[in-house]
Amino acid sequence: MRLTIQINGEQHQVDDVWAGESLLYVLRERLGLPGSKNACEQGECGSCTVYLDGTAVCACLVAAGQAQDREVVTVEGLAPGAGELHPVQEAFLAAGAVQCGFCTPGLVVAAHNLVRRNPEPSDAQIREELAGNLCRCTGYEKIMDAVRMAAANTQEAGA
Amino acid sequence: MRTFQLDRPGDLAEAVRILAEDEGARVIAGGTDLVTLMRDGIQQPSRVLDLRDLGLTEIEWQPDGGVRIGALCPNAVDDRRLAAEYPLVVAALRAGASPQIRNMATFGGNILQQTRCAYYRLPEFACNRRDPGTGCAALRGDSAKQAIFGVSDTCNAVHPSDLAVALSALEAEVLVHGPAGARRIPIREFHPLPGDTPHRVSALRDGELVTGIELPAAGRGRVSNYVKFRDRASFAFALASAAVVIERAGTVVLGARIALGGVAPKPWRAEHAERALVGNRLDEDSIAAASAAAVRGATPRKDNEYKVELVRRVVRRALSELE
Repeated sequence: MRLTIQINGEQHQVDDVWAGESLLYVLRERLGLPGSKNACEQGECGSCTVYLDGTAVCACLVAAGQAQDREVVTVEGLAPGAGELHPVQEAFLAAGAVQCGFCTPGLVVAAHNLVRRNPEPSDAQIREELAGNLCRCTGYEKIMDAVRMAAANTQEAGA
Repeated sequence: MRTFQLDRPGDLAEAVRILAEDEGARVIAGGTDLVTLMRDGIQQPSRVLDLRDLGLTEIEWQPDGGVRIGALCPNAVDDRRLAAEYPLVVAALRAGASPQIRNMATFGGNILQQTRCAYYRLPEFACNRRDPGTGCAALRGDSAKQAIFGVSDTCNAVHPSDLAVALSALEAEVLVHGPAGARRIPIREFHPLPGDTPHRVSALRDGELVTGIELPAAGRGRVSNYVKFRDRASFAFALASAAVVIERAGTVVLGARIALGGVAPKPWRAEHAERALVGNRLDEDSIAAASAAAVRGATPRKDNEYKVELVRRVVRRALSELE
């Protein structure tokens, strides 16, 4: 099929897509956007988290055909411009919330989704919101720090 | 993965027509279950119907105070009135999956999701549910996660939904549409027991699809609770869960409905436990009697014997922590 899809604000037409391949495959293998990671392919790990029409989803659980005519924002689309980082990304760097880095893009999108909807999340809310994102290195403490920091920075920027 | 034809029917009639004429056709709603089942070769539809153009996402309040929820309404539903009048439904939804999956998964897809039985999900094992007549590896294998109620000698898989357990305690009805028009199926008849046809996972007839779920009006004096026990604090299927709905006049229980999750091939109504409560005060004695009665008829195996005690405890806790 010819997949018509908006990604990070840009309209794309992708030919010879098979309706059953995943949105994640389209992003990584057909469009050269490797930010979204392919880890479990079961929706368990959240490494492929992207926005689909404004809601955070696992790109590995979306069939390409389902993404037809929709809008996707990937981790590559969060920063305001080339060479810049989004405040959530800055917070992950500042907190040292990254070890091997494989889970980071998915966590950044999930954290972005959390702080834009809830600028003052409790620790319990952060844990539940990130329940679908697995990290096998950090033990999550630095990630919690990063999300708290991102939320505080977002509030400050908004105030 | 087998190739399939993808259709986007423009209306319900077209969807029903395609489903009725092509028995290899399957519906895709959120896709959070079907996409992995297809990728792993467990389901191989020849045709897939994307229902997004059918609407079916609305929450419609009925004149009698009940509510109709569209089959394609997402599980991440954020509706103040629904949360106020049916907190049990919202609690069960929040207890399931992860935020990303709740955003995509739908009400219809949730109650139609396939079992998480590891033997069903791995094509190298025999499974009567996946491939009728081939045997059941779970019956001879590790039964730690398997059912303790309603099993047969062909299948002992567990129904994984939290939502369906809440719907069962609320006596919801499933609205369906098919070649013969619309009909409604009480939730307790929607999920068949495996018997000798474990591959039949719902009461849907050929060509039928779920269009919505209807919850009857909440009675006065109603309280409810959902307690789920799982391996970790979030994002895990239930080892045992209980949804309880109690209607009281003063201190006396007039109506009690208790449904169990994680322990049967369908949401399991614990009717013995319900009877232990009706006509009595809700106190330590009646709660103890109900939690003991909840496990009557259980047929555990060695590996899942622990679920018997878990059921007693989730029922006791759900009833003790009402209000």
